[in-house]
Amino acid sequence: MRRSGAPRTGPDAGAAAMAATFFGEVVRAPCRAGTEDEEEEEEEGKRETAEDREVRRQLARKREVRLFRRQTKTSLEVSLLEKYPCSKFIIAIGNNAVAFLSSFVMNSGVWEEVGCANLWNEWCRTTDTTHLSPAEAFCVFYHLKSSPSVVLCQCSCYVAEDQQYQWLEKVFGSCARKNMQVTILTCRHVTDYKTSESTSSLHSPFLKALKTQNFKEPPCCSLLEQPNIVHDLPAAVLSYCQVWRIPAVLYLCYTDVMKLDLITVEAFKPILSSRSLKGLVKNIPQSTEILKKLMTTNEIQSNIYT
Amino acid sequence: MFVPCGESVPDLAGYTFLMPAVSVGNVGQLAMDLIISTLNMCKIGYFYTDCLVPMVGNNPYATAEENSTELSINAEIYALPSKKLVALQLRSIFIKYKSKPFCEKLLSWVKSSNCAKVIVLSSSHSYHRNDLQLRSTPFRYLLTPYVQKSIQTKITSLNWEEMEKSPCIPEINDSEFCIRIPGGGITKTLYDEGHWIANSTQLWSLREDNCSKEIAMVILLKFVSEGDNIPDALGLVEYLNEWLQILKPCCDDPTASALRWKMPSSWRLLFGSGLPPALF
Repeated sequence: MRRSGAPRTGPDAGAAAMAATFFGEVVRAPCRAGTEDEEEEEEEGKRETAEDREVRRQLARKREVRLFRRQTKTSLEVSLLEKYPCSKFIIAIGNNAVAFLSSFVMNSGVWEEVGCANLWNEWCRTTDTTHLSPAEAFCVFYHLKSSPSVVLCQCSCYVAEDQQYQWLEKVFGSCARKNMQVTILTCRHVTDYKTSESTSSLHSPFLKALKTQNFKEPPCCSLLEQPNIVHDLPAAVLSYCQVWRIPAVLYLCYTDVMKLDLITVEAFKPILSSRSLKGLVKNIPQSTEILKKLMTTNEIQSNIYT
Repeated sequence: MFVPCGESVPDLAGYTFLMPAVSVGNVGQLAMDLIISTLNMCKIGYFYTDCLVPMVGNNPYATAEENSTELSINAEIYALPSKKLVALQLRSIFIKYKSKPFCEKLLSWVKSSNCAKVIVLSSSHSYHRNDLQLRSTPFRYLLTPYVQKSIQTKITSLNWEEMEKSPCIPEINDSEFCIRIPGGGITKTLYDEGHWIANSTQLWSLREDNCSKEIAMVILLKFVSEGDNIPDALGLVEYLNEWLQILKPCCDDPTASALRWKMPSSWRLLFGSGLPPALF
């Protein structure tokens, strides 16, 4: 896994792994184990001044995940699910999953916003505006007014690896909540999917599932085969659920179009018959109309001439 | 923190704790996969931590449809009570600045579980070898001072090579010598955590606060380069087996010894998916 960051200069630059190519030139080869940074960290630790430590502290503060209520502009003192106990937690991570929940689940019933996560990293900064557009990064939590134990999260922002655990603590808290079921929806690029056939021969988009031990229902699609793995926030949430024995299922859509795409969003449709979403989905034809409108809005915004 | 799979916390007193360092070629982790898979070790819990990048996947040691749907995370603990072995497998890299806290938390837990000894499987960049090392075996070992005399004697009888000290600052001729493990990830940190008391000049004043650091630790590593590291992993487990005798010793034929170790099903497609026929 590669980290973003400034190109390495200075005395440590030469200490990276070197490899000879077929043509006899020596190039710098990244180490798969990700250990180059470890040695740099150790060196940095020894040379760190008070000023460096202060910079590091400030950066850590800037990268903190904060949960707050936009209506009152106050931050949550306890974890979100401690304040709003829930029996069903549904989270969409990424723009296509978010569009699916917006069109098919949030169009029926009244959803009240209960919290919003504010975070910054090198890839995104969440927005503070109340009118969210598909182009902006956000992480908002809602509950169903008619059944407040159903909590939904729309997360279009990227939560970095050093923020994922913090996000979990702010949302789930440190005590495991056993009487709830978690459903996670997300997308990955089809080239991430490992199979003995070539990925170009796969018919994407397609859905795969991963579930925790305590999730007893049959999933709506086939399970993700070895040796495929999932990382980032969906993995962080599923790991938490597996360790603390919470029934949870992750629905993963492999697609070749990562930007907002109608066919990718519709690939999530088999989930509509699952127990988690049944009862929340009322009007599918209307949902399809809402989805088409979302696509059109996004296409206008993505015109390079405007 | 350790979270057991079952209701009760298993008793690991007297067990040998095996673990990998996330190091060059991922050799330690591949070796752990071979051990867990061959011995059919049973998962007893998770080491739930904010120090490793999260990842999940289905059972990497699946042998049949029935056992292929168990979810695995980035740090899991397996045990084989019949041989008093407990193994930690790490499946992702450390988050920046979190490797040292991880080592401290892990060794604290190992110490409080009363494990008899810790064995770390690791690797180091082969291009860092000096002339003498280039001509000798690629395997090395390191011991902390708290390793039992019987183990020290056994290792000496195996004619193993101890990891040599090298100049702390490579370009400077009169630099001090110390143990350096380039590409070894947390290996050096683990070694220091279990070792520093013996080198401390303020031994008596520090001892009262820090006697918890007395850990019997054996580090086994191989000099490797990045590439197809499966043969390196097989080499490292055979090296470990010379001492621990996890599997019965067999003839010198390397093919026969490689066949004894069971490669897990997750080792499929290590170098990516199938190729498009149009490429040819």
